[in-house]
Amino acid sequence: MRLKNSYLLISPAILTIGIFMMIPMCIAFVYSFMTANPYGGVEWPTTFDAYIQFFYQRDFDDSLVFAPDYIFIILRSIYLAVATTAICLVLGLPVAWYIVCQNEERRRLLLFFITLPFWINTLIRTYCWILILRDEGLANNALRWLGVIKDPLPLLYNDGSILLGLVYTFLPFMVLPIYSTLERIDPRLIEAAHDLYASRVSVFRRIVWPLAKPGALAGATLVFAPALGSFLAPDLLGGGKKLLIGSLIQMQFTSSRNWPFGAALSIAITAVILLVMMLRAWKAPVRESRA
Amino acid sequence: MINVRGVTKSFPTRDAGRGIAAVHALREVDVLIGSHEFFTLLGPSGCGKTTLLRLIGGFEMPSSGAILIDGKDVAALPPQKRPVNTVFQNYALFPHMTVAENVAFGLEMCNWAPADIETRVKVTLEMVRLTSFANRKPNQMSGGQQQRVALARALAPKPSVLLLDEPLSALDLKLRKEMQAELKRLQRETGITFVLVTHDQEEALAMSDRIAVMRDGKILQIGSPADIYDNPNCRFVADFIGEANLIPGEVLGRSGALTVAVRPERVSLAAPGDVSDFRSSGTVAAVTFLGLDTLYEVTLKSEIKLRVRSRDRQAMFQPGDAVAVGWPQHVERELQQ
Repeated sequence: MRLKNSYLLISPAILTIGIFMMIPMCIAFVYSFMTANPYGGVEWPTTFDAYIQFFYQRDFDDSLVFAPDYIFIILRSIYLAVATTAICLVLGLPVAWYIVCQNEERRRLLLFFITLPFWINTLIRTYCWILILRDEGLANNALRWLGVIKDPLPLLYNDGSILLGLVYTFLPFMVLPIYSTLERIDPRLIEAAHDLYASRVSVFRRIVWPLAKPGALAGATLVFAPALGSFLAPDLLGGGKKLLIGSLIQMQFTSSRNWPFGAALSIAITAVILLVMMLRAWKAPVRESRA
Repeated sequence: MINVRGVTKSFPTRDAGRGIAAVHALREVDVLIGSHEFFTLLGPSGCGKTTLLRLIGGFEMPSSGAILIDGKDVAALPPQKRPVNTVFQNYALFPHMTVAENVAFGLEMCNWAPADIETRVKVTLEMVRLTSFANRKPNQMSGGQQQRVALARALAPKPSVLLLDEPLSALDLKLRKEMQAELKRLQRETGITFVLVTHDQEEALAMSDRIAVMRDGKILQIGSPADIYDNPNCRFVADFIGEANLIPGEVLGRSGALTVAVRPERVSLAAPGDVSDFRSSGTVAAVTFLGLDTLYEVTLKSEIKLRVRSRDRQAMFQPGDAVAVGWPQHVERELQQ
């Protein structure tokens, strides 16, 4: 009876995920094996062309030539997503810790500040970074005014600016889950550790970090997955010079009109993310249920 | 030896109206706790007893005054630099570590050799009778067992002082009695100074060598359990420790400012006219049979209500009976305030 009820209660969630996630994934999976229609869309016959395109290029005489370009794009995307996750973790942990240490009133205010960016469109926020980073932008002008530099620094349109944009966008997704695990740590545990002669470093290493790890893992997933597929920051702040997988996918469905290849790429990064998450589920210890 | 000298602790609180007001948790407290002593800080909640314990542990810094442990002023030292360990009220066991890891934590932080840690953990767990639980996680244990783990963890690094913050308050009555004996035994065996905080006067009387009764941030009286029970120095102590009849002095024909305290079990009852040297007479208002003794509530002629505990099963009185009440002079205590 109870079991039946609980399934009934989560059925809206299952339906939502089913309709808006599973079905599109299936469509993408099927599309990835179809032939591209030059005007967009897909047509018969089924083919592995889209997946072959990952590794090979069709030469003029229709022979396949090994071309690692797309592999590099995928690897670079993974590298940037990992870097984003790492930077978010390093920045997010102290921020979350600082918020936890404040009193109730200030905590609420600071959490509000953390979520404040969500109220402004991501596109606008990303454009703002262009205004700040460009040659005649806020940062360069300020440095010139201070006399630190003469010629503007190339702050925009490189990996650094992409990374900055990604970290900026996804930092809250790291701070919030870490905050929620830190908040549940009994402050007396920290007192007890100090009482048992632990230094501040030891308290962090032996008590705070082990207890905050589930939140950090959740935050890492929340940052890594969207960072891998994101195309806004790479496009705008990277200047579209070096493609990332998110932009590549977006291009396949728009200007390139190669839907099967776009679908195949989507399936590929979904597979990467699933792999990471399965690894995480396998490595994370089973949470003890007894209170 | 712990020497607390003129310690004041005030906490800033935000006043509803304006600015910051200070709440005095402790005012000019002096106390000397000897080595190998089982010392108890007793008082109602909010009396400052926990604050005093936290000051000794290093979790709070005194606003003024000095705290000396074995002759060394530790008032400015953080807890990790004091030879003091604490058993926290809700144990504060590390949930992600096993029992053995919890107990070993303090030793690892003191850089003990791994082999020594292993032996010490074993010895300490034996001491609290938890040897077979070494590999359990705290959440797989009962409250009483967690309590023992907390004790073992605090005792493992051989502190010179063990602080216990209401350690038994979360346990049920039977377990509490058991742990009282256990704590007493551990204190005797280890010879470590125990400083216990409690609001339970029975617990304090049962375990302590000496008790400090606290109220409103001050220590009212320090003495052995028997001393505090027999010779309370003020109304509050007389009333807080055990039961007491507090009789205004004028009723007994003494100066008005005085209060006379008499323990209910020291008062005797008799039929009126039986004995000549009974002090007063009244009527029995209520009778409660409690097994060990019987509790009478007697209303005196002067409207004063007196509680009397009598073990005399021969002479039982009924509500409404007229009785004479009296007590020997040496059991009454005159209190100034």
